[in-house]
Amino acid sequence: MIIQTKGITKIYNPNKIPVNALNGVDLQIEEGEFTAIVGPSGSGKTTLLNIIGGLDQATQGEVLIKGENISKMPDNQLIDFRKNNIGFVFQAYNLIPVLTAKENVGFVMLLQNRSKEERDQRVLELLQSVGLEDKVNKRPSELSGGQQQRVAVARALAPKPAFILADEPTANLDSVSTNNLLDIMARLNEEEKMTFIFSTHDQRVIDRARRVITLVDGKIASDQVKS
Amino acid sequence: MAWRNIWRNKRRTLITAASILFAVLFASLMESLQKGGWNNMINNVVSFYMGYAQIHQKGYWEEQSIDKAFEWKPQLVKTIESPREVIRALPRLESFALAASDDLNSGALVVGIDPKLENEMTKLEDRLVEGTYLQEDEKAALIGAGVAERLKLNINDTLVLISQGYRGVNAADLFPVKGIVKFGSPELNKSIVYLPLKNAQNFYGAEGLITSISLQIEDKDRVEAATESLRSQLDTMAYEIMDWQQLMPDLLQAKALDSAGNYIVYFILYMIIGFGIFGTILMMTKEREYEFGVLTAIGMKRRSLMATIWIEVMLLGIVGAIAGVLASIPVVSYFKYNPIRFSGEYAGMLEKYGFEPIFPALFDVKIFVAQAIIVFVLTSLLGLYPWWKIRKLKPVEAMRS
Repeated sequence: MIIQTKGITKIYNPNKIPVNALNGVDLQIEEGEFTAIVGPSGSGKTTLLNIIGGLDQATQGEVLIKGENISKMPDNQLIDFRKNNIGFVFQAYNLIPVLTAKENVGFVMLLQNRSKEERDQRVLELLQSVGLEDKVNKRPSELSGGQQQRVAVARALAPKPAFILADEPTANLDSVSTNNLLDIMARLNEEEKMTFIFSTHDQRVIDRARRVITLVDGKIASDQVKS
Repeated sequence: MAWRNIWRNKRRTLITAASILFAVLFASLMESLQKGGWNNMINNVVSFYMGYAQIHQKGYWEEQSIDKAFEWKPQLVKTIESPREVIRALPRLESFALAASDDLNSGALVVGIDPKLENEMTKLEDRLVEGTYLQEDEKAALIGAGVAERLKLNINDTLVLISQGYRGVNAADLFPVKGIVKFGSPELNKSIVYLPLKNAQNFYGAEGLITSISLQIEDKDRVEAATESLRSQLDTMAYEIMDWQQLMPDLLQAKALDSAGNYIVYFILYMIIGFGIFGTILMMTKEREYEFGVLTAIGMKRRSLMATIWIEVMLLGIVGAIAGVLASIPVVSYFKYNPIRFSGEYAGMLEKYGFEPIFPALFDVKIFVAQAIIVFVLTSLLGLYPWWKIRKLKPVEAMRS
């Protein structure tokens, strides 16, 4: 098991007007899953992803990644843990505007103090795998939305994380770009056994996912594994 | 990455760098004009009249009495001119007198001089605005432009001098006005009367005596060395050796007071500059909060992020400060060679207090560099704001902004 959550509860504004975003979510995710977390707006999808990714803290409950409890980790240790274990793909791509595609992909590896040779080799492999080997020296402003999101996927994969969390990764993409991106992610999942967890509204993502977890009012309403 | 970030928003960068540039320029210009004005005034009094150091009989300076006159001996001249810093020694007999014309009178500072030596050191002849220069032993006077104006005297008119001479003798005599001189210092202009030394000695009944020896020194910065050397060679129980700072404590106090007033102006200037720079840093921090959130989310330590942003601010500070120094050079040079001249009421007010209403800028690279360092330090302190912001940053909230 790669991810396990135990009774995750998240209450926003506990001292003012409390909003219960998550109500005791218990979840296990195995290595190599291709899972979509779906649900209406405000159901707690992004909050759950943020807590699993160590970007936010649960009010109650625990998150175990590869058996390690990240809920009480000190800030610096948690940043290091995220850097080495979790890849993020955001809805708005969030590439660093002053860096080229190659530099963006290699950035986290640079933070990991990997050698230049190792970085260059892996970055090139990753950009080839997302079909952007001809855009290595382009800055984000010179790339389309779909291309930027593919660079973001390559960036998330670069540090060889345990899994990738993708928050509404197709929300800003057209159909062609969405299909391209999903093809790439599905291939990486099948060939490299990379675990992907999406939060999404997009039916095309839901259709490609092998497991669909539906959240309603901060609780798991259904957990469906496709055959 | 920091360097690239600087050029990400060119307009913002240029505005910030320009505000730092103008800060350095204004502060440098202000300090250069202030110091230049004072140097000009000190030069007017020191180089063109007082000398960088003087030797008197012990106790003369406190009493300023002709009774403290002493003998001008060749052996003394030899001793005084022996330190290599001393170029020449000028004997003077100075005292006060009542100067009068037909029906006007005024207090005057009467100075007996060796016309040739005096001209070599103070270029007194160049200060003539009317008439001709004094010759040794002739009975004639050079008067300040202010004295001429007050007593309504012209060339060849008769100047009456009345005073008490050496050891109480009566001193009264008539001198034809041979020339009128004008000094930068209004104080000197309205009181000075020059006589050839022998005439002055006759007038005061002080044959062979002088009250002071003004020293011409090769370099202003060598004054201390020269006076130290003289103290070791002269009998300090008989003579007092004073440098220009001891001779003019009032001027130095006024300079210190003026500098203190200027510190308040600098403080206000730095506050204005600081708010300008802070505004830009605040805007930059706010604009990039989302990006900071992303960077910490993907694993960049806060410490590294803080350092990157601080380096950005530092680079901006360095670029602005260097540009400020480069911009200061031609501007200050211009005001050095084209001094600001006040006229009208303000000039009158300055003259009333004994200041020449001319402010040439002092060209001293140290001023520019010091101002650049101050503005740079100010910028680097303001650059700590993003530190504080990043320290408190929560990635989720930042990415939601």
